Amino acid sequence: MEKFTRLKAIAAPLLRINIDTDAIIPSREIKRVSKLGLSDGLFAGWRYTEPGGRAEDPGFILNRDPFRQAQILLSGLNFGCGSSREHAVWALAEWGIRSIIAPSYGGIFYANCARNGVLPVILDNDTVEELARQISENPEQHLIEVDLVERTVTAPDGVLHSFEIGSADREMLLEGLDAIDVTQKRDDEILAFQSRDRLRRPWIYL
Amino acid sequence: MGRTIIDKLWSEHRIADLGDGTSLLYIDRIFLHERTGSIALKSLEDQGRHVRNPEQVFCTMDHIVDTTPGRGDATRVPSGTDFIKTTRTAAHAAGLNLFDLDDDRQGIVHVVSPEQGIAMPGVTLVCPDSHTCTVGGIGALAWGVGSTEAEHALATKTLVVKRPATMRVSFDGQLPYGVTAKDMILHLIGKYTASGGVGYAIEFAGTTITALPIEARLTLCNMAVEFGAWTGVVAPDDKTFEYVKGRPYAPKGEAWDRATEHWKSLVSDSDAEFDREIAIDVANIVPQMTWGTSPQHEAGIDQRVPDPRNEPDANRRLSMERALEYMNLEPGTPLEGIPIDAAFIGSCTNSRLSDLRNAAKVLKDRKVAPGVKAICVPGSSQVKLAAEAEGLDRIFTEAGFEWRESGCSMCFFAGGESFGVEERVVTSTNRNFENRQGPRTRSHLASPTTVAASAVLGKLADVRKLEPQE
Ligand code: SF4
Repeated sequence: MEKFTRLKAIAAPLLRINIDTDAIIPSREIKRVSKLGLSDGLFAGWRYTEPGGRAEDPGFILNRDPFRQAQILLSGLNFGCGSSREHAVWALAEWGIRSIIAPSYGGIFYANCARNGVLPVILDNDTVEELARQISENPEQHLIEVDLVERTVTAPDGVLHSFEIGSADREMLLEGLDAIDVTQKRDDEILAFQSRDRLRRPWIYL
Repeated sequence: MGRTIIDKLWSEHRIADLGDGTSLLYIDRIFLHERTGSIALKSLEDQGRHVRNPEQVFCTMDHIVDTTPGRGDATRVPSGTDFIKTTRTAAHAAGLNLFDLDDDRQGIVHVVSPEQGIAMPGVTLVCPDSHTCTVGGIGALAWGVGSTEAEHALATKTLVVKRPATMRVSFDGQLPYGVTAKDMILHLIGKYTASGGVGYAIEFAGTTITALPIEARLTLCNMAVEFGAWTGVVAPDDKTFEYVKGRPYAPKGEAWDRATEHWKSLVSDSDAEFDREIAIDVANIVPQMTWGTSPQHEAGIDQRVPDPRNEPDANRRLSMERALEYMNLEPGTPLEGIPIDAAFIGSCTNSRLSDLRNAAKVLKDRKVAPGVKAICVPGSSQVKLAAEAEGLDRIFTEAGFEWRESGCSMCFFAGGESFGVEERVVTSTNRNFENRQGPRTRSHLASPTTVAASAVLGKLADVRKLEPQE
């Protein structure tokens, strides 16, 4: 997994609430049993004028300069709610998004991010709106810095905001760890649990 | 201090405390389907990893499979067959329990799992599918995960999980006529928003819940994720035990006695404290109907489409405006009476035998309104067989409904069959998102009885005004 430490990049504001994973990557865009080839379908329902088409809607933020180069996405409450499809994160990452800043997330989506090198930052709604305002009012100032080491976000105007993240997720992102490798180091504990549990709840073991 | 059911389920499965509120949890059972399971299995294989306990892993075909009678591996979804075949090959290679297309145990994963006794009280169960929380209705701790986490669970039989906060939602009172578990959960989401449950594991409790049949509890927990919750659970009781008893994977004989003895302890202690409590008096709930593109965009069927200008919160106002534009609705329009193009009964929310029975009561000796496309897709092959054994299929078809093979079908659009562009559909499913049931399709979520009544009248209908037929 790609490590995440610090990133100073263009941030695109897409401040809608409850953006679901169907909107991030519509089901019809998931064409193969693969984690790749999904960026074309990212936000397809909004990015293109026709369902299934590829003619860009110039009104959509990611179709405009400089946001075509955005690596950070700002969004509203409950980003990534809905379907568990990890394709949503794979599509975002393949398109180029490395970090999302929103007031809250769909739980499965949040967990998926951390396992794919994408940093989900939680900042309160007013702060996210303030960041978006700075970017919209002064398009020259569209750079935001996200620092996972210090757990801070630096706004275009230089103001620093701290955020929180679970230590397991943080470590995984910072080190680019593979979660299965990490857990497999505890194999003895898992086996010991199974043998205890088999006595306690024998009906579970088919 | 007493412990909640969530505390008990958590500590029973905790292998290690990883600090910071995070635990390594033991996962009893894993369910996969061809849409997301295929990729988890393939990726595991690519990395040369193995499924740790394949006998505890189950797999079904539901998402992409065709649901027209006489179906085979061919799908209407482009390249869908590839998902089916990849899953089949990988499942066989890994030695999983596969409920394939020709198996009469096949069906929507969340319908099959309690039906076969795979989901039981007290088990931890995960699936790369967000509605896995459905089986909380039977007292399981079950939640949806992504593909990478599914791989982790398959390879290690564990997951690293951050402990959620706890919430108890108490529903009390007797459900009014025409009001169902679907209406209860829509009402909750409407009142507390689609993100009201973010970060919580929820216990549904109260006298209404105790009185609910198991299948209705499954409907209720199904949409916990639409409330934003990590999962929902109902404490197992005698009704639960009765439901589980005799199912294929349920314990038998002496194991059954030991299991039920244990399951009886899986209730919140009387002095247990939750991080948040919500209480709802069901007497005030009427049949619900969504009008927008989020489950929180909903109201009683006797209400009008709301006016965004009255919404003080700017973000919500914007989302309402977008939704009304997408749904092509004017503020102030009475919900009851909005003409529809189609009606759908199916999905992991509302496609079990009791749902079909309830809808059939409304449809018996009636006809679907002219011009309305009506489709019923039983949730599993078992449900379909049972429904046919009691003649429900004839009630549906005589009313003008299509009667299909089981699967997710038109609950979501994957590129195959769909409702038409800008068609208005009343549906017993769980998501009214933009384009969810087809490009630009407009979905109104409701209970199966409300869907049936609306199909008959050709417009969004108040089921309470239609006399039930016995
Ligand atoms: S029926 Fe719909 S919501 Fe349920 S698992 Fe299938 S696609 Fe998902």
